[in-house]
Amino acid sequence: MRRLALAAALLAPLPALAHPIAAGQQQATNWPAILMFAGFVALTLFITRWAARRTRTAADFYTAGGRVTGFQNGLAIAGDYMSAASFLGISAQIYADGYDGLIYSIGFLVGWPIILFLMAERLRNLGRYTFADVASFRFAQGPVRAFAAISTLLVVLFYLIAQMVGAGQLIKLLFGLPYGYAVGIVGLLMTLYVLFGGMTATTWVQIVKAALLLGGASFIAIAVLAQFHFSPEALFAKAIEVKTAAAAAKGLSPSEAALAGHAVMGPGGFIKDPVSAISLGLALMFGTAGLPHILMRFFTVPDARAARTSVLWATGWIGYFYLLTFVIGFGAIVLVGTNPGFLDATGALRGGSNMAAIHLGQAVGGNLFLGFISAVAFATILAVVAGLTLSGASAVSHDLYASVFAKGEADSARELKVSRITVLVLAVVAIGLGILFEKQNVAFMVSLAFALAASGNFPVLILSLFWRGCTTAGVVAGGLVGVLLALVLTILSPAIWVSVLGHAAPIFPFGSPAIFSMPAAFLTIWIVSSLDRGARAAVDRAGYDAQRVRSETGLGAAQANAH
Amino acid sequence: MTDEQRLEAIARDPRYQSLVQRRGRYAALLSAVMLATYFGFVLMIAFDKPLLAKPVYGAISLGIPVGFGLILLAILLTGLYVRRANRDWDPAMAVLLAEHAA
Repeated sequence: MRRLALAAALLAPLPALAHPIAAGQQQATNWPAILMFAGFVALTLFITRWAARRTRTAADFYTAGGRVTGFQNGLAIAGDYMSAASFLGISAQIYADGYDGLIYSIGFLVGWPIILFLMAERLRNLGRYTFADVASFRFAQGPVRAFAAISTLLVVLFYLIAQMVGAGQLIKLLFGLPYGYAVGIVGLLMTLYVLFGGMTATTWVQIVKAALLLGGASFIAIAVLAQFHFSPEALFAKAIEVKTAAAAAKGLSPSEAALAGHAVMGPGGFIKDPVSAISLGLALMFGTAGLPHILMRFFTVPDARAARTSVLWATGWIGYFYLLTFVIGFGAIVLVGTNPGFLDATGALRGGSNMAAIHLGQAVGGNLFLGFISAVAFATILAVVAGLTLSGASAVSHDLYASVFAKGEADSARELKVSRITVLVLAVVAIGLGILFEKQNVAFMVSLAFALAASGNFPVLILSLFWRGCTTAGVVAGGLVGVLLALVLTILSPAIWVSVLGHAAPIFPFGSPAIFSMPAAFLTIWIVSSLDRGARAAVDRAGYDAQRVRSETGLGAAQANAH
Repeated sequence: MTDEQRLEAIARDPRYQSLVQRRGRYAALLSAVMLATYFGFVLMIAFDKPLLAKPVYGAISLGIPVGFGLILLAILLTGLYVRRANRDWDPAMAVLLAEHAA
């Protein structure tokens, strides 16, 4: 705060509401934006305090006591999903490459119907706090929960990195703080939310933020379209013109430049080869169904019907939001990419490549709206980070500590304590990784988390729900093979091996590992389960019929209240 | 009746079996539609990018209606499933469970 006050004092003579388009004037301090921002953080902290009073038991902490309605949960899921990756990352991707960004949006969305048709109600009927409750329902608790905890932590970490990078760049841009400090502040705030408010706080912060983000994004999209007399065609035509001019300025011949300009309207260089395209497609579609912080939301509603309703609301809001981000991305090409005030000396976006939507907010709405949209984007990140951290923490405390180490003997208070310690550890790790991955596109980082989820949690859940022959040994072996293979291939891929670790050429040439790791997981589960002749395997298979009836009817489903 | 016996009785009930079967078939059908359209789109990206980039109306390329169509289809399919579940299956399941509770 001292630093901010100092910066503010130095810059005070500048008119706070300078013309938004003027070059270089929103450097460092922007009072309306900062006030808006502070107001937002205060509001979310207030929600957290309110929620903290209602958080007494483990059930309150993990699942808001199961009192969330379908509509509320739908908004909260949409909130989880409209993360930094979706809002900042996809709009930035569209700003850079045009149509390519839409490939992410579609992939992120089409997983939802699949979740509804195959999993949502069954998850609610079988589970209580974490997806591992479902994955381990008829299996030996210890090994399956240990796997679930490992894979949850890996997915959560990758997802966290993306959010930290987005938040760090945002704060750096807005307040002129060094990136490292910015990431640290995010880590601190998210720790506060999760520690004190638990699931009730993260859910309500998520709902409030989802509503504001939908409102803000709608405003930007409408403002952009209004400049083109509500003709998307005119917007796209102008975007092609801008990209063509940019290509020509780089010294391309007119025909080459025209080609480069038209590339924004179709899939381009972002997916280079067929294998990467299919692999990314698999990861995005099935990853959703394996994201622990998303699956966790199905335990916050009272019954299967509410779980179902929440998917419908979520899909509707998320779909609408992605239509908006498409317009926002193209709006940024036209209104941000042509305005030197938003660009640095080399023609790149000031504040980093992920800031296209934020600059566009200022271009169409001035400083006040810049403040609003920055605050919303920041709250978005905080809320998502909090939800992620919470699911990581519950994996450690509920799955690893309470079920594996304490063998179900742990009391609610001890479990909560373990959970809170995990939150602190996760925050520190996330801050470190956030600094390491500063330059990555956040939508891309999230797609890696999706690949891990699609390769570990998804095959395990599907086969444990639908295949009688599945056994403890099978799911543990297959799940670990999937998630670890995905992790290793990701590290060897261009994004990490070359961009982060600085090697000259990647060992694994494709953009996403899912096309290899996901089938590997299914195959391993199938082979190991089929060969499994142990006594435990007989128990596992014998448990299938009862599990099936419970999953279909909701008979004996946990009420998610503390007993 | 213990919980286990009740589960077994339900599993043997032909009405339960037919309900689960109908529901499963509908879910499988809708999943197949989503998978086929989405992976059709992915394969177009993988093997024929110029097709999606082809202009269909002024500057608007084929990829735009296809992409937006997929988003709307996802919402539509979700809606279809929820309507069917709320209207047909939930009441039928409730009747069944009530009988087996007695």
